Amino acid sequence: MTVHDLVVRVGGESGEGIVTLGEVLSRIAAHAGLEIYTFRTYPAEIRGGQVLYQMRISTHQLTSQGDRVDVLVALNQEAYDRNLGELAADGVVIHDSSVQPAEGGGRRYYRLPLSNLAEELHFSRGRNIIAAGAVAGLLGLEQQHCRHVVEQRLGQRGKMLDQNLQALDSGYCYAKDAFPPYERIALPQIREEERPERLVLSGNQALSLGALAAGCRFFAGYPITPATGIMEFLAGELPKLGGTLVQAEDEMAALAMVIGASFSGQRAMTATSGPGLSLMIELLGLASMTEVPLVIVNVQRAGPSTGLPTKTGQDDLFLATLGGHGEAPRFVLAPTSVEDCFYQMVQAFDLAERYQTPAIVLSDQSLSMRLETVPPFGLDDLAQPERLLPSLDSEGRVEDYLRYRVTESGVSPMSLPGMPGGQYTAEGLEHLPSGAPSYEPANHEEMMHKRFRKLRTALAATKEEDMAISCGDAQPEIAVLCWGSTAGAVWEAVEQAQQEGISTGGLAVQLLSPLPDGVIQDFVAAAHTVLVPEMNFTGQFAHLLRAPLAREAQSILRFGGVPFTPHDVLVKIREADHGQ
Amino acid sequence: MASSREQYRSGVRPVWCPGCGHYGVLNSFYAAIAQLGLAPEQVAIASGIGCSGRFPAFVNAYGFHGVHGRPLPLATGIKLGNAELTVLAVGGDGDAYSIGAGHFPHAARRNINITYVVMDNRIYGLTKGQPSPTSPTGMHLKASPYGSTDTPLKPVTSALAYNASFVARGFSARTKELTEILVQAIQHPGFAFVEVLSPCITFHNLYQHFKEVLQPIPRDHDVTDITAAMALALVDPALYHGIFYAQPRPCFEDTIAQLTAEAQKSRTEFPDLLQRFRA
Repeated sequence: MTVHDLVVRVGGESGEGIVTLGEVLSRIAAHAGLEIYTFRTYPAEIRGGQVLYQMRISTHQLTSQGDRVDVLVALNQEAYDRNLGELAADGVVIHDSSVQPAEGGGRRYYRLPLSNLAEELHFSRGRNIIAAGAVAGLLGLEQQHCRHVVEQRLGQRGKMLDQNLQALDSGYCYAKDAFPPYERIALPQIREEERPERLVLSGNQALSLGALAAGCRFFAGYPITPATGIMEFLAGELPKLGGTLVQAEDEMAALAMVIGASFSGQRAMTATSGPGLSLMIELLGLASMTEVPLVIVNVQRAGPSTGLPTKTGQDDLFLATLGGHGEAPRFVLAPTSVEDCFYQMVQAFDLAERYQTPAIVLSDQSLSMRLETVPPFGLDDLAQPERLLPSLDSEGRVEDYLRYRVTESGVSPMSLPGMPGGQYTAEGLEHLPSGAPSYEPANHEEMMHKRFRKLRTALAATKEEDMAISCGDAQPEIAVLCWGSTAGAVWEAVEQAQQEGISTGGLAVQLLSPLPDGVIQDFVAAAHTVLVPEMNFTGQFAHLLRAPLAREAQSILRFGGVPFTPHDVLVKIREADHGQ
Repeated sequence: MASSREQYRSGVRPVWCPGCGHYGVLNSFYAAIAQLGLAPEQVAIASGIGCSGRFPAFVNAYGFHGVHGRPLPLATGIKLGNAELTVLAVGGDGDAYSIGAGHFPHAARRNINITYVVMDNRIYGLTKGQPSPTSPTGMHLKASPYGSTDTPLKPVTSALAYNASFVARGFSARTKELTEILVQAIQHPGFAFVEVLSPCITFHNLYQHFKEVLQPIPRDHDVTDITAAMALALVDPALYHGIFYAQPRPCFEDTIAQLTAEAQKSRTEFPDLLQRFRA
């Protein structure tokens, strides 16, 4: 089968329904049996400013938003002017009739009279759905798929559904009548029995589903872009499973409530973005010190300070792994894709509960908001998070209980309020095994060892494939080390470079604290060059890698607020290859 | 079913200065939970930072000595995690009204069923004497050598304005009355705020002052009348002690439980939930 791979970018004014247009179109393609990967940027303001929604549609699984734009859908002049530069030389422009394109060259132009079509339907707000229908028609997607998606997504209210279906049909038929078909952008029709089974999920949804699958039953949070979607999703689902969700008064309260609920025995989490994690850091230290299991999701956005709330970044790695006063062990995990969001969330709960240590999951804006087609989750092999509780005697009492008993693994049984004989005070001061405060130097050293020993125990018990994933050569000459959502661009760059005959491979480290030093060292053993692409200014991951690598790594840094493209990485792999 | 108050001592020796008001609060607390016959494992106490923060360690119960200013959300989480527990939050005037002031209105308006005991000595004691939000204007201290400039808060009026469903004031040197207030506060089905005047003998000894200005709330005061409660709370410099206001309304965890029970009627098992996301 020919590989089809098409990037469609939609641009227009915020408030025009650009995101709906993009989502509807993406879902139509997914319903038709194609793989999708979307990318969106939008202004922080609710209305006003340019919105951009891009979708990549393919017959094979996608890991990045791609390097070029094949089809530009411009709903206004600014969208056209701003995005033309990224459109392929043989690309296609579908533009509203208000746009004045500079026609010519190898590109094709399709003029779409959106306002006229909307007027005919007496549905001025339907321009976006008309456009979705027209683009779907031109790309050769079947009308039945289009109607299915509109019924599913925009069908809550009867009259609105009728209007939206009319708008969709109007655009679709207009394209069929007025737009000459173009092979360059035609998508294949996948027969029903050949359509892969897929879920369409955003990163935030996959994280939320992972939390539910891991048995999370308590969430407290404070709204913050781009993490709010997690709270909103769980607000609908947790009560149905008997769980509780609280919108707290601030991020400190949110994490304090999570700590309290976990202390009471609940599997608990919060979700926030960088500014919120900054506020939570003192309580993160408390959770580490008092050995309370919990999960914090940080959907990173470009900082510092308020920064770029709607743009992506990977600049909270230091904060997550090292943030806080004193030295407080924690787990830090980073999913590499929407699918991986689900599994890393389960792993975060597993590590947190098993080792009574807070776990931070680092997502980012682009990962959180985009939609991807995802294969169904393997629910049977999921880890079952388990917390070590004290054993009870025949009368149901805890005997000779010491909450922070020093053990070989570092993990001590945790009694829960309500268990007779298990009373203790979770103590933020340094404490004796009983929990009573103590400032004795020898005890402090022993307790520091105990808390940090849990990370070592966890590392020894975790399978290598749960710590990092790789692609390309297993012993590459040019090793690309990355983390988080940057992995997708690395995978494609490595694949391309290998086709060019370059010995290269990529390793995405999912467990960032504690770092799996051995896995990293093995991967770079034969490499003459180590490249570390990441979305921050100071090369935070490269800094963390200094100890395990014990050699110079070459950072590739992007910090403008948009994700890496495969080309960004490929260029550096080629340079490293030529340099040899 | 009263029980012996001895069983509630944890065995950890209090670190407070001899003569500290907090001993009176602790003893009243032992007496109150003994009078209520609460099993130690059914009680959980969250605290913040300051002299008051040490309180849970001295009680044979479940405790959480957290960070500065956050005992209320900690206690809220504990209660939501296990609604069967009797949950208290304890703090001092710095913890409650300065660094933690942002949590007070929200715990009150949620009406989470916990008891909030604030031991107010009108000074920062643990850091050796700086003005607190309840210190009098003009007070000369190390951090206010020219006299403190700010007007003190009136926490009882704040609690009433925040819609706390139970508001009381006690004095650490009147342990019998304080015990009775704590019993009522713990029994109150909702957020109960108890201001306890608890002098710092080392940096701000107000024992004599409080003895002079304190008077019991008039017998004919109607505790369901919030306007009358506010009028009593505004009296100055005389101070009333006793119960200003007690008017139960549905508490947070009960409302949540109802909402959850309702939502569970449309319970979706996890694999079915995934169906919603099919391409």
